[in-house]
Amino acid sequence: MSPMFAMTDVTVCYDHVEAVRNVSLSVEEGQIVTVIGPNGAGKTTLLMAAIGLLASRGRISFQGSEIGRMSVENRVERRLCLVPEKRELFSDMTVADNLLLGSYSLRDRSGVRQALDEVYDRFPRLRERQRQTAGTLSGGERQMLALGRALMAKPKLLMLDEPSLGLAPLIVREIFRTIASLRDLGVSILLVEQNARAALETADYGYVLETGEIVQSGPAKDLIHDPRLITAYLGGH
Amino acid sequence: MTSDIAAILAIDGIATGAVYALVAIGTVLIFTVTRVIFIPFGDIAAFTALTLAALDAKRFPGTGTLVLVLACLATLVEIISLLRTNEPRLVPRALLLYLALPCAIVGAAWIVTRMDPPLAVRLVLALMLITPIAPLLDRIVFRPIADGTVLLLLTVSVALHFALVGLGLLFFGPEGVRTEPLTSLSTEIAGILISGQTMLIVIAALVFSGLLYLFFDFTLVGKSLRATAVNRTGSRLMGIRPARAGTIAYLLGSLMAGVSGILIAPVNTVFYDSGFLIGLKAFVGAIVGGLTSYPGAAIGAVGVGILESFASFESSALKDVIVFSLLIPILIWRSLSSLHSEEEIEE
Repeated sequence: MSPMFAMTDVTVCYDHVEAVRNVSLSVEEGQIVTVIGPNGAGKTTLLMAAIGLLASRGRISFQGSEIGRMSVENRVERRLCLVPEKRELFSDMTVADNLLLGSYSLRDRSGVRQALDEVYDRFPRLRERQRQTAGTLSGGERQMLALGRALMAKPKLLMLDEPSLGLAPLIVREIFRTIASLRDLGVSILLVEQNARAALETADYGYVLETGEIVQSGPAKDLIHDPRLITAYLGGH
Repeated sequence: MTSDIAAILAIDGIATGAVYALVAIGTVLIFTVTRVIFIPFGDIAAFTALTLAALDAKRFPGTGTLVLVLACLATLVEIISLLRTNEPRLVPRALLLYLALPCAIVGAAWIVTRMDPPLAVRLVLALMLITPIAPLLDRIVFRPIADGTVLLLLTVSVALHFALVGLGLLFFGPEGVRTEPLTSLSTEIAGILISGQTMLIVIAALVFSGLLYLFFDFTLVGKSLRATAVNRTGSRLMGIRPARAGTIAYLLGSLMAGVSGILIAPVNTVFYDSGFLIGLKAFVGAIVGGLTSYPGAAIGAVGVGILESFASFESSALKDVIVFSLLIPILIWRSLSSLHSEEEIEE
């Protein structure tokens, strides 16, 4: 059976410079897959190409269809969602409105109220702040809102770009706990992270991206004990 | 100047300002959603007045032909673009939205014109005929360059205004029109006579601004428009299509401009090229709100109206000079006081 999401020989160029070169990766149903690597390796570029914000060469398939030429909006309607590194919240709008807009792509509006309650149950802090504008939230709350907003679209594959970036360790743990719990809901996850240890501890499978190319891949539990990766990314212990 | 005269001038100014406010709000709406400074809004207002005048005179308005021509062009552009992106399955939908719908409106207008309809029907018809113009122009002209710079979009917008003035002359002729007043009532408040038309203008401006506010705050589509204005990338990631948001913004903006055209037609004589000054004055008002704030634009537009009213009392010949000179201190004040938004920095 073909994987639920696969990128095959994907190349992304910025003004003739190849930021990502011939990358192939796949995510199976219900799996958490992580892409780790240093700053500037092309991780964000890879996700931007996957959602369609950047044009790419190569093939991108999702649930059996080729989506590489589709618009961002069409991919979102197929329930492929991205929480970008910059979060891209609607800062002048309330937390509740941000969440509601997360469900914009759903044709069936009957479950929206329930989905909103589920997000509030998952992140009680958002319920407390539902009337506040997104711009007034703290960094951790903003990330919760970005995650919650993506969950409102009932994603089949959720792509997360550096969800722990700039957050306090306590909140990072909470975010990763949430990510792990999403797998139990049947959401597949493609996680891009600089915090390699936390990412590999949460993921099932991992890829290492360096200067735009995949240099290593394997089950996350193997990668976490790989001597080369330990020296390069896992703090040397 | 006595206080009586000042009061009359102020009331007159508020009424004129309310008309500008509707156009200014439309300008802000379009700019925030699409980044286009839509100069032809004034023309849309003037064309509405001319359309209504034609309907009053039991003539089929030139607007109908204009809409038909634009609908054919827009359909052609849309179909070519769909075939290019390999989406032929969307062609029937394009035919329905860009061709059948505008044709149906024009057809209905043509039939109703022959039946000597009452004023209310003529008003609705004039608005229905005018609202497709801006969305169709958007499809033909702006969507292919939607990712261009604000300056490019503005340049094209100015060119479009001149094209529309030419088309206005072609379709409506050089004569000015003044429609019959919508009401002949008048009332006296604190010793000053206020005409029903003046009150109607202010009430209509308040009602339509209020409706727009409700639309933005209480409907998902309204919120999606605000989201597009706040953060384009973020809204695309929610599945909100900027092009669709743009079309809705143009429809609403044209409606606001159309209403202002209907309100101004019984008060001022409107020519095919009267739109430019209406649009430009509304633009000055919108600039007060930094082109992003609706209350700012409305307050600015009313301010422009009042200033114009007093200026025309002092020196009728120089009133426009005085109003537009106001732009300079406002632009200086805005560029000194406002911080650039996140999105502008990114660009």
